[in-house]
Amino acid sequence: MDKFLNVALPKGRLGEKVYSMFENAGYDCPAIREGGRKLIFENKEKKVRYFWVKPSDVAIYVERGAADIGVAGKDILLEYEPDVYELLDLDIGKCRMAIAAKKDFRDDPGRTLRVATKFTNITQNYYAGKGRDIDIIHLNGSIEIAPILGLSDVISDIVETGTTLKENDLEVVETIVPISARLIANRASYKFKYKEITSLTAAVADQKEQKKV
Amino acid sequence: MTVDERILKPEERAAFTLRALYADHGYRQYKMSKFEEYDLYVKNKDFLISDNIITFTDTNGKLMALKPDVTLSIIRSTKDLPDGVEKVYYDENVYRVSKGTHRFREIKQSGLECIGAVGKENLCEVISLAAQSLKKLSPACVLDLSHLGILQAVIDSLNVPPETAAAIQRKAGEKNLHEIDALCTEANADPTATEIFKRLAQIYGQPETVLPQLEHLLKGTAAQPALNAFSAILTGLEQTPAKDVLRIDFSVVGDMRYYNGAVFKGFIEGIPGSVLSGGQYDRLMRRMHRNAGAVGFAVYLDMLERLQEGGGENG
Repeated sequence: MDKFLNVALPKGRLGEKVYSMFENAGYDCPAIREGGRKLIFENKEKKVRYFWVKPSDVAIYVERGAADIGVAGKDILLEYEPDVYELLDLDIGKCRMAIAAKKDFRDDPGRTLRVATKFTNITQNYYAGKGRDIDIIHLNGSIEIAPILGLSDVISDIVETGTTLKENDLEVVETIVPISARLIANRASYKFKYKEITSLTAAVADQKEQKKV
Repeated sequence: MTVDERILKPEERAAFTLRALYADHGYRQYKMSKFEEYDLYVKNKDFLISDNIITFTDTNGKLMALKPDVTLSIIRSTKDLPDGVEKVYYDENVYRVSKGTHRFREIKQSGLECIGAVGKENLCEVISLAAQSLKKLSPACVLDLSHLGILQAVIDSLNVPPETAAAIQRKAGEKNLHEIDALCTEANADPTATEIFKRLAQIYGQPETVLPQLEHLLKGTAAQPALNAFSAILTGLEQTPAKDVLRIDFSVVGDMRYYNGAVFKGFIEGIPGSVLSGGQYDRLMRRMHRNAGAVGFAVYLDMLERLQEGGGENG
């Protein structure tokens, strides 16, 4: 008998897109479209249970086995380095992790570079790879104002269209890594729900291909 | 004196059960001191699961460490036997930083090591004991087995720089085919070898279904000799209790500076991460200037705390 699959979806716009993909792949759960404040939905017939969690928490739910699979941005995976399988690039929620600075900024390699970011790990790894000495200023939001107020020299953040940067007189100086949504799976679940997880992965991969055509 | 078994916690019961299992197979207990000289660990830092170590200065001025690992101490205290093996098991507490809290924790660990002229029989016995250990803990278990010789040969034939090779190996550990593809394309890797490597990373299943696929996939490639060795191990395991829980999975990747040949990881349903990990570590032996071969594994008993009672052959 097939086992129930627990799926952690990121709350918000990306999550809705992801759910549509899963729905089209045959893993629908009509109750999810009804709105409201409920966070857990299941379709007993399809043996699938969805829950909405904060996007940055998806990886934790999956790593710790509360969810068998989930969808998380590559930024989250690079930042927290969870011990999970990364089974598929969904090619949605595309953006990039980039370094941005004020338009007139000139880097002085003789000084420690001050970088404001939410993504400490990714940023540190990036500059360590270049051998650059930096000072990390960890912020939780409104990163863009850090260089304007002189709190930092540059910022390291997610850039989708670049509009927010432009409106704050900032521009991208270098790209760290492209980002998109990934399908991840818990390592133990992959063994014990192998059939369920591989069929879902294949069905979602099909959806992705069909969209491309 | 009789002890009422009902008062035992799952990890305590597991420790006793495993002890009996290993002793029945001719392994003798290895009891170690709580501390070792720091030097031993710092030379092989990457072998350890976490590189943070609790240190203190002993009364004679020597820098000591609370042991973060048992294998290194065992290697140091055994001798190279030209035509025999030394078989030991342990049941010890180790001190490591846990990923969640970033604080040191005391972790209960059992395991065994077989050091000396390790032959195919010894290898099969250790893998079979790993499988039996899992079965004792829970009937719903699997032992994922991989072979680093095969992975190494295919990675070599990709013809990519060492840093890309290391990255590709890590990606195989995540079953991350899309990024293997991207890395190989970027490094101009051999296209045939790329396809073979991706297929390897994807493969998962019982030996009788997977082995024919492997034979087909690796026929005539540089990985053929390693595959023959792997296949011989699998044949040796056919008549053992390991047979029904074995799965071939090349996402089990050990650090190739220490491990070689067969490596494996054990999982139990209901526990999110691996509870058992082991393999052949001849390369670690060479790094410690030893000629003997070695194979062993560890069972992380602290992971069993959340295991529901009543599972396993012993429950």
